[in-house]
Amino acid sequence: MTIDITTSAEMSSGTDPQRHDRPGATSDMTAAVSLRGVNVSFGKHTVVRDVTLDLARNRVTALVGPSGCGKTTILRAINRLHDDTGGKVTGQVLVGDLDVYARDTQAELVRSRVGMVFQRPNPFPTMSIFDNVVAGLRLNGVRSKSVLREAAEAALHHAALWDLVKDRLNSPAVKLSGGQQQRLCIARALAVEPEVLLMDEPCSSLDPIATAKIEELITHLATDVTIGLVTHNMFQATRVSDYTAFFLLGEDRATGELVEYGPTKMIFDAPHDPRTRAYVSGEVG
Amino acid sequence: MSATVYPTDPNTRSDTIGARRTLVRESARRSLARRRLVGRIAVGSCVVAVAISLAPLIALVAYTTSRGIRAISWGFVTHIPTPPGIPGGGISSAIVGSVIIVGLAAVIAVPVGTMCALFLVERRGRLAGALRFGADVLTGVPSIALGIFAYAVLIGPGSLIGHFSGIAGSFALAVLMLPIIIRASEAAMRSVPRDLWEAGLALGVRRSRVVRSVVLRGALPGLVTGNLLAVARAVGETAPLLFTVLGASLLVTNPLQPMGALSLTIYSNANQPFPAAQQIAWGTAFVLLVLVLVLSIVARLVSARLNRQAR
Repeated sequence: MTIDITTSAEMSSGTDPQRHDRPGATSDMTAAVSLRGVNVSFGKHTVVRDVTLDLARNRVTALVGPSGCGKTTILRAINRLHDDTGGKVTGQVLVGDLDVYARDTQAELVRSRVGMVFQRPNPFPTMSIFDNVVAGLRLNGVRSKSVLREAAEAALHHAALWDLVKDRLNSPAVKLSGGQQQRLCIARALAVEPEVLLMDEPCSSLDPIATAKIEELITHLATDVTIGLVTHNMFQATRVSDYTAFFLLGEDRATGELVEYGPTKMIFDAPHDPRTRAYVSGEVG
Repeated sequence: MSATVYPTDPNTRSDTIGARRTLVRESARRSLARRRLVGRIAVGSCVVAVAISLAPLIALVAYTTSRGIRAISWGFVTHIPTPPGIPGGGISSAIVGSVIIVGLAAVIAVPVGTMCALFLVERRGRLAGALRFGADVLTGVPSIALGIFAYAVLIGPGSLIGHFSGIAGSFALAVLMLPIIIRASEAAMRSVPRDLWEAGLALGVRRSRVVRSVVLRGALPGLVTGNLLAVARAVGETAPLLFTVLGASLLVTNPLQPMGALSLTIYSNANQPFPAAQQIAWGTAFVLLVLVLVLSIVARLVSARLNRQAR
């Protein structure tokens, strides 16, 4: 175990070092998403408090911590999914230079730039594989058949699903296996060409083989998409993420807080905060 | 596991991404104004639809209240009716009659309906399907037909009771309430997660005990609401009572005799050309309205309370 907290992100981000050698990948430290003092509350209950966090561009940032500490809540705040569930978000969220919660910012435009993949695969059950993939494009007003076709193919390629489904694009999406459905959902999110992809425990309902495929995919996607990944699986965080943000319930036992954030290797090998150390070493949680 | 083939060169991919990203962004921006407009129109239409459906209700309540409240006094609800032409008098016989008739109807319909619902939830298959279909059809049967049916079975020549009686009205109302109770209870029981059934069974608990402790307890708020709404519906029904209960001016508490009922009082008084009688009809309508309102509110409160306890 190295105790080297000055390790640069470049050195420490574990899984796929060669991708950092890609020309133009100097944007490591520029944030695709910035949260500044973000609070999310439902009614009187503040679920998560004062989170200041960056998702580095074209990198995977894992949000880890025990259940109920606000990881998912923070993730959903990034593309305004709380708008429809009565959650109130204060503080500032920036996606690129777009102020997500500014008065004149329209949620639809935020969401077309920030895709989301959920815990359980949720392909639209009445649609075919093809219709699922292009659903976001169609809803965003893309009509051209050739564009839809190309985008679907690219997205399915990107989600490593093309070879599996290219001969049955018109069969119902629900006929796919769970892992394939989840990759379809990733393709559906990717088809809109988001800059940011939020993933809320995308493997929690999948078996280890399907999980391995999704993890491989996540690593690969981060060449041109910024990924925010909520996970309960510590090993998954170490395997796929470049940066890790550790959340925990605060002292009032009711409100989640960001305890520590840094390169994944640092968080797991040499955390500053004793609470992080206890959690990642498995002493609690 | 076959090796996954990813698109080749990330750099060229970035170019195509850039182009498509721009295209999608542009399309989203261009279509957003139209999508927002369509969204507003849709929401607006829904609001109008709600307003259209609420308007008659509000008008009805307002009108009935304004006409009926003048008739209301302590005497109106505690006295029995006076003969035509004699002032004063009230509807106590009708109130007592309605309470007894509907109460008995509930005593018949609630257990039967709940058990039918339980059967529908527990069993799949042809019989359950037929029962569910039967309940749906029963919902559509005109209430006057139920009245005639009850008359034929219980009152008419050669039938079980042989004369007009409150219990015959209860029977007709029970038949009317049954499909409402069955469908509402089934929905409530189905809303109890299957996991909980299995959790109970996996503990080695008898099926009947699981039904009692898990299913019925979990569905209780829904069951109470469904049953009370069925009662509220039955209280206002007139047609099933016309051929069965007949009506009575005296205070009758024996359900084997003809009885009064609120809806019958409205029906018979509203038909008459005398302002005094019409006034009684309005007053009774108002009492009935209040009764139904109270029942609905009680249903809500009880189910909210049970829901809170369940947490």
